[in-house]
Amino acid sequence: MHASSGNFDEMFDGGGLTRPAYAEYRRWFDEQSGEFLRRKSREADDSFRRTGITFNVYGENEAEERLIPFDIVPRIITAAEWRKLSRGIEQRVRALNSFLYDLYHRQEIVRAGRLPERLLRTNDAWLDNMVGFTPPGGIYTHIVGIDLVRTGPDEFFVLEDNARTPSGVSYMLENRETMMRMFPDLFSRIAVESVSDYPRRLARSLAACVPPAFAGGKPTVAVLTPGTYNSAYFEHAFLADQMGAELVEGSDLRVVDGRVQMRTTRGYKPIDVLYRRVDDNYLDPLTFNPDSALGVPGIMDVYRAGGITIANAPGTGVADDKAIYSFMPEIVEFYTGEKPLLPNVQTWRCADKDSLAYVLDNLSELVVKEVHGSGGYGMLIGPTSSKREIAAFREKLIARTDNYIAQPTLALSTCPIYTRAGLAPRHLDLRPFVLVSPEGIDITPGGLTRVALKKGSLVVNSSQGGGTKDTWVLKD
Amino acid sequence: MLGRTANSLFWMFRYLERSENTARLLEAALRMALTRDLVTAEAEWRSVIATLGLQQAYAAAHENYDGLSVWNFVLRGPSNPGNVRQMLGAMRSNARMARTNISSDAWEAVNDNWMKLDTMLARPVGQAAVGEVLGAIRRAGTQVHGAFDGSMLRDDGYHFSRAGTFIERADSTARILDMKYFLLLPSLSYVGSSLDTGQWEQVLRSVAGARIYSWLNAGQIEARGIVEFLVLDDRFPRSLAFCRNALRDNLAALARMHGVEGRSNALMRDADTRISQLDIDQIFETGLHEFLIDFLSRNASIAGAIAEDYRFHA
Repeated sequence: MHASSGNFDEMFDGGGLTRPAYAEYRRWFDEQSGEFLRRKSREADDSFRRTGITFNVYGENEAEERLIPFDIVPRIITAAEWRKLSRGIEQRVRALNSFLYDLYHRQEIVRAGRLPERLLRTNDAWLDNMVGFTPPGGIYTHIVGIDLVRTGPDEFFVLEDNARTPSGVSYMLENRETMMRMFPDLFSRIAVESVSDYPRRLARSLAACVPPAFAGGKPTVAVLTPGTYNSAYFEHAFLADQMGAELVEGSDLRVVDGRVQMRTTRGYKPIDVLYRRVDDNYLDPLTFNPDSALGVPGIMDVYRAGGITIANAPGTGVADDKAIYSFMPEIVEFYTGEKPLLPNVQTWRCADKDSLAYVLDNLSELVVKEVHGSGGYGMLIGPTSSKREIAAFREKLIARTDNYIAQPTLALSTCPIYTRAGLAPRHLDLRPFVLVSPEGIDITPGGLTRVALKKGSLVVNSSQGGGTKDTWVLKD
Repeated sequence: MLGRTANSLFWMFRYLERSENTARLLEAALRMALTRDLVTAEAEWRSVIATLGLQQAYAAAHENYDGLSVWNFVLRGPSNPGNVRQMLGAMRSNARMARTNISSDAWEAVNDNWMKLDTMLARPVGQAAVGEVLGAIRRAGTQVHGAFDGSMLRDDGYHFSRAGTFIERADSTARILDMKYFLLLPSLSYVGSSLDTGQWEQVLRSVAGARIYSWLNAGQIEARGIVEFLVLDDRFPRSLAFCRNALRDNLAALARMHGVEGRSNALMRDADTRISQLDIDQIFETGLHEFLIDFLSRNASIAGAIAEDYRFHA
C-alpha cells in the first residue's frame, strides 16, 4: 500500500505507519469499499466537467478544454505545521512588497551592494514607467502564490514566488466543494480549516486599495480576462462571479474623462480596482505591445495619474524571475531585518563563472531552469534526461548563461493518490495563496496541492499532466 | 451589466431557440416523409432546406433531397456553417462569456446538454438514431428554459435573454408560415384537399401546435384558421402575437430598469399598433406573404435597435 523510496511521505512514516495527521482519514479510508471510492472518483470527474472547471490547451485541436485530474485523497497539514509555514510566507511576502517599492524608488538594496544592478537592467519584467510611482496603498503584489516543496518532517523550501498573476485558486475552492459534496461524513469526523471565504477576502482586499480618484460609495472592482480562449478563463469567470465583480475584456474598456471605464448597457462606468489576469505586455498597447487587443489604450497614464488601481501592479514580475529568486534570502533579510523563516532551494546562477563550471560538470544531477520560464517548460531535469538531451541543453546553456539557474534535484515529498490498485505515492508541491492590502497580509489556510500522476515524476504542472488534491489544514 | 454580456445573453437564447426550432422542423418533416410517397417526401425535405435558407450550401454538397442527407446536413454538415451543432456550440460559448451573469443551475443545464449533444452530433446520425437526437435537442431547450425560470434573478440580464428568445421564435414561426404559404399559394382555392391538409398539419407540427390547434378546433384543419392561430392567437406561445406581447413586456422592463426608452421601444410600439389593428381577413386581403415579410423585417429592426440601445457593441 505504501512504497516509499526513501522520500518523505506525507501519510506514512518510514516504517509504514500512518502519521498522526492522517490517522482519522486512514480509519475512514479503510472503512470504504474500493467500489465506492472508484465510483466517487468518477463522479468527481463528471462534476468538474459539468461545472465547466476546465482549462484550455492549445496545439493539436485548436482550443481543447481539458480537466485537471483530481485525486480524492486529501493532502493534510497539521495546525502546528501551518502556523510555522504561514509565518514564513508572511515574512517573505512582506519582503517582496518592500523590495518592489525599493526597486522602483531609491534602490537601497543595490546601493548597499546586496543585489547586482545588472539583474534589474537585464530583467524583461522591469518597467521604466513604474519608477518613482507608488501604487495605491503602496501595494505591489495584491495576490501572491508561494510554491513550497517539502523534503522532510521539518524541511519546507520555497521553490518559486508567483508575484505576477498566480493562478489555481479556483481549483483550491472547487476541490474542497467537491470533497464536501462527495464525502460529507469525512468533514464531520475531521475538523478542517475552511477556505470558502477566499473570494470574499479577495474582494475586500482589492476594495481596500482604491485609487485617489475613487468617488466614494462602493468601489467598483472588475476582473480583466484575455477572454474565453485563455487557459484560465474558468478561473477568471469563477472569481468575478464569486466576488460579485464584472468580468471584463479589453474591448469593454476605454479611457473616458481620465478614468478607465467599462461599457455597460447604461453607458460607460468607471472602474476603481482592476484585478487583471492579463500580462504587463498586453495591458496597454500605447505603452507596451502595440499589437495587443487584450488591453486598454491609455490605462498606464490613468494609473499613474491615480485614476485606477491595477492588481497586481505592473512591473511586479521583476521580483519573481529565477535570478532574483536566488537572492531572496538576502532580500528577506535586507527588508525585514530577520533571518528567512522559509529557506530557498539551493540555486546556482549560471551567469556566475564558478557556478557555471559546477553546473556544467553536474548537469546529469541538476534541474536547470530558464530565468523567466514557467509552467515546467524549457527546463532540464538531469536525472531523467538522456545523454543526448543533456548535450543539447548544454549548448543552449552555454549560448546564454545568464538565462539559466540550476538547482539540485530535490527529494520531493510524496503523498498517496488513489489508483485502481489502491494507494500509491506520488510527488507533490503546495501553493498557498496570499492576499496583501493596506489592512495586512491574509493567507488562506492550505492552498493548491499539485501532484504528479506518473510514478516517479517530479513535474506537477497541469500543462504537463499533473493533477490536484484538496488541501486540508487541521484545526487544533 | 456590460453591453457585451447583454449581447451574449441575447444570442445565447437566440441560438438555443434556433436549435430547438430546427429540431422541430426536422421532426415534422420526418413524420411527413414516413407517411407519404417518395416524391412528396423529397418535396418535404426540399422545403426544410428552403425554410432554413440553405438551398445554395446544400446544392453544393448534395444532389438528392433524401432524409438522411438533409438531416445530417442540417444537424452537423461541415459545409453548413449554420448547422445545429454549431448553434449549440455558439449557445454554450455565449453562456460561457456571460458566465458571471447566469446562475449555476442555468450554466450546468447549458453545459450538460451541450456535452451530450456535441457527442451525439460528432458522428453521422442514422435512421435509427435521428428521433432520439431531435428529441434530445428539444429537451435541451426545455431544460435550459426551466433552469433559467427557476433560478435567475429577474434583472436586466433575464430580460435580454427573454428578448433573444422571442425575437428568434417569432422569426422562426413567420419563416415556416411564409415558406408553406408560398408553396401552397396556388392551391389555396382548394382548401380541404388531402395534400393541403397534410401540409398545413405539417406547419402546425413544426411549431408544436398540432395538438393544441385540433383541440381548439375540434380537429378541423383549414388554412385560414391555422393562420389565425399562428399569427393572432396570443394564448399560443409560438404565435406571432404571443412573441410580440412577450417581447413588448421584456423591452418595457428593460426601459424601466434603465430609466429611459430607446429606439427599440419606439419600433416595438409601431409594430404593435400595426398588428393589433389587423384581423385575419385583412391579413389575407393584403396578402399573407406581404404581411409576413413586413413582420420579419420589423422583427429584425427591433433586434438591431436593442443591440444599439443597450450598447451590445463598442
